[in-house]
Amino acid sequence: MIYAYIFVMAGVTYLIRMLPLTLIQKKISNVYIRSFLYYVPYACLTAMTFPAILYATASPISAFAGLAAAIFFAMKEKSLVMVACFSCIGVFITERILELI
Amino acid sequence: MHNNIKEGLKDGIPIALGYFSVSFTFGMLAVNSGMAPLHAVLISLFNLTSAGQFAGLNVILSGASLLEMALTQLVINMRYALMSLSLSQKFDSCVKTRHRLLIAYGNTDEIFAVASSKRGSVGQYYMYGLILLPVLGWVGGTLTGAIASTVMPAFVRSALGVALYGMFIAIVVPPAKKESTVRTVVFIALALSSMFYYLPVLKQVSGGFMIIICTLLAAGIGAVLFPIKEGEEA
Repeated sequence: MIYAYIFVMAGVTYLIRMLPLTLIQKKISNVYIRSFLYYVPYACLTAMTFPAILYATASPISAFAGLAAAIFFAMKEKSLVMVACFSCIGVFITERILELI
Repeated sequence: MHNNIKEGLKDGIPIALGYFSVSFTFGMLAVNSGMAPLHAVLISLFNLTSAGQFAGLNVILSGASLLEMALTQLVINMRYALMSLSLSQKFDSCVKTRHRLLIAYGNTDEIFAVASSKRGSVGQYYMYGLILLPVLGWVGGTLTGAIASTVMPAFVRSALGVALYGMFIAIVVPPAKKESTVRTVVFIALALSSMFYYLPVLKQVSGGFMIIICTLLAAGIGAVLFPIKEGEEA
């Protein structure tokens, strides 16, 4: 039974990813659809990040510090790895400070 | 066009590191709730998705039907259809169907995000490079978490919790700073997702659906308000 679950799970997930990628290969010329698809990554990543990030650590306060650090270094256009690192460091330092209070 | 496997591998390193810590948690959770380590690893290898796997684990543990499993995965992972549609437009014309069949397997939130952030089009070798290390990180993290008797210290896991979000922010903020249109779309998505998170009734909506609705609305409003003329895209 466990293999049936895994098969259904993997099959559905793969089809969702595969069908649009293979069936719609032509360049879309409609300006509205093109614009829509251009905005999709930004809309999607934003919705996934906020407010979920606030609950990704031990406390919303440290998570907020991580968020602030990430936005600050992203504004300075640091690389993805650097922004991710500074964000983690922000969380780490804030949690140590919270322990002291 | 970006079609260098080395460039892909390099871009995949931070994703792989982030995946390792998330799938470590998945492996631990799965084994703690009674699943065999082999099964946890197989789920990670064949699904390569976080939210869908955690939800799938619940479905398996509660002994629900296969139909319920299919529907849960459909709702939670439907956002990948939007991402694949967007990614399809990003591919160079040299990316043939057989390559698309393989690349589809690796279209995760983060891989999609990094591929989208590239200027111009991308080719299959870049994509293969980009996908490889995150898959190893994801499966390796699951295995390590599943067999680890000693747990990663809680403070390390807490700090790593924001790593992937940090990457997302690094992708969204620079274009939002430069283009007021992207900035508006980002703020609309931000407002919508906060509403879905905190308002009564709306917060009943599952995480997967919430992301689909926010993406459709924010990107849709953006397309109607600020259509981009041919050749203006980055």
